[in-house]
Amino acid sequence: MRLGLLLGGGLFVLGLLSLFVGVIPLQPVDLLRDPAAWELLRDSRVPRTLAVVITGGALAVCGALLQSMVRNRFVEPMTTGTGQGAALGILFATWAAPEAGLLTKMAVASTTALLASVGFLLIIQRLPPTQPLLIPLVGLIYGGVLGAGVTFIAYQGDLIQYIDVWMNGEFSGVLRGRYELLWVAAFVAVLTYMAADQFAILGLGRTASINLGLNYEQVMIVGLLAISVVTALVVVTVGAIPFLGLVVPNIVARYAGDNLRRTLPLIASGGAALVLASDVIGRLLRHPFEIPVGTVMGILGAVIFLWLLYRPRSHAL
Amino acid sequence: MISIRNVTYDIAGKPVLCDVSLDLPRHGVTALIGPNGAGKSTLLSLVARLMPLQSGGIDIDGQDITTCDTGALARVLSILPQIQDAAPRLTVSDLVAFGRYPHSRGRLTAEDHRIVDNSLDAFRLSDMRNRALETLSGGQRQNALLAMIFAQGTDYLLLDEPLNNLDIAAARGLMTQLRTLADEQQRSIVIVLHDINYALAYADHLVVMTEGRVAATGSPKEVISQDLINRIYRTDAAVIAIGDRRLVDVGP
Ligand SMILES: Nc1ncnc2c1ncn2[C@@H]1O[C@H](COP(=O)(O)OP(=O)(O)OP(=O)(O)O)[C@@H](O)[C@H]1O
Ligand SMILES: [Mg+2]
Repeated sequence: MRLGLLLGGGLFVLGLLSLFVGVIPLQPVDLLRDPAAWELLRDSRVPRTLAVVITGGALAVCGALLQSMVRNRFVEPMTTGTGQGAALGILFATWAAPEAGLLTKMAVASTTALLASVGFLLIIQRLPPTQPLLIPLVGLIYGGVLGAGVTFIAYQGDLIQYIDVWMNGEFSGVLRGRYELLWVAAFVAVLTYMAADQFAILGLGRTASINLGLNYEQVMIVGLLAISVVTALVVVTVGAIPFLGLVVPNIVARYAGDNLRRTLPLIASGGAALVLASDVIGRLLRHPFEIPVGTVMGILGAVIFLWLLYRPRSHAL
Repeated sequence: MISIRNVTYDIAGKPVLCDVSLDLPRHGVTALIGPNGAGKSTLLSLVARLMPLQSGGIDIDGQDITTCDTGALARVLSILPQIQDAAPRLTVSDLVAFGRYPHSRGRLTAEDHRIVDNSLDAFRLSDMRNRALETLSGGQRQNALLAMIFAQGTDYLLLDEPLNNLDIAAARGLMTQLRTLADEQQRSIVIVLHDINYALAYADHLVVMTEGRVAATGSPKEVISQDLINRIYRTDAAVIAIGDRRLVDVGP
């Protein structure tokens, strides 16, 4: 509860900051006298802030879902193949049908993301259950191999310059009319909350899930679909942000446990707050230049994570 | 009644169950005993649809488990597996509340909360309800899982070695609770036991398995004999009679 208030408050303050920080100076008082200020807010600052919040929230939720599904805390979609799969799809669509609409490309990217995630699940099923650390390791290698495939195809198709756009998330290009697809990701993330109990039960393992009457395979498929669609939408609109889905759910789990009905809202607001903070810091540090959000988040996330790891833990949740 | 018809099950080309046909009666406590590797857990897993059948069929109250809706089956039958998966970071009461999932789909009613509280009480977990599962001792965790199964409130309970990790008070307490469930609520309990004395003292019905087959069925007192123990377990523990009670003496 306290964590919820803290995150909610932090998110609100960061959101306000995000509206008034940027290359073009904008003060709250400007809004009273300058119509151009409103335009700047409407066309750039509000879309950017919303894009950051949706991306952060949805990616953190996806990380938590995948962790519950594979019962391993050290995986997240962007590093275990789903993100690379999405990049592969959008690349393929751009190369094979450059004039195709964004929705078609999105559908292709979602499909390849889904195939890549299914591939990951099939591979890790073969791993010995006594070696839980193999799962993230194999995931990283699998993601790396797919990522290499992306680079190879891009090289062949003369599309190298796009790769950076898809693989390194960045919000400086977000404008009104260019981020709206992310609302679909927000919608999907909110929908998964309806099945929060089902995903929490998956975390108890297959036997316990079946005992409780869960249609195990069906919930797994729904989870994979949600993760793939959100990941593909984020990769296509703002680019991949690695490790977010790893750091935030782990931090929340340490404080509030794994009962997803209770923790998913915390995870979503935590993810949004972390990306928002990283984005604002990235805009401020070398003003008027920007540091990519992924770089700032890598450092910020690692610091927070280490600090939490070395704090004494409590008995209760 | 759970009726198992001609069930054969191979793992890696090796037969684990050989043409098992068995009726597990409605109402009462049925103990399933047999040496390690006899196929007891495999049989329970098949009944609880944890693994698909390879051949033969299993009906529960006339319903074929392969065609029956899995969500509906979870309101009729529950299983406590022998080997538990590592638990996520949940509180004891969260876990027990999941036992009500088949009934409430996550929207717990006042009645569900009452059942969860009773279940926590019954396993002396009320003081630990807000503790994280991973901070419990082995026996306390076993109790938490049992409390979840109790909260599930099914007519059939399949318990695979539930006495593991329990002290003598907890073990007797559990067996007494199972008796109460069977006698007062007409539930049907199938319990895998290794301590034959518990089977003799608490079960109405006994099934002995060995090498993937059913070796004997009947009332515990009639089935358990010196000869059976020699034959099935290949050990010479003595069966002693005290009045109309039987005890297995495990001494050398
Ligand atoms: N995954 C597996 N691979 C190979 N053999 C298996 C596997 N699972 C079970 N078995 C074999 O199947 C047989 C029956 O196993 P099961 O677990 O049903 O025995 P059990 O009667 O429950 O024994 P215990 O009293 O030790 O729990 C054993 O010989 C076991 O080695
Ligand atoms: Mg067993």
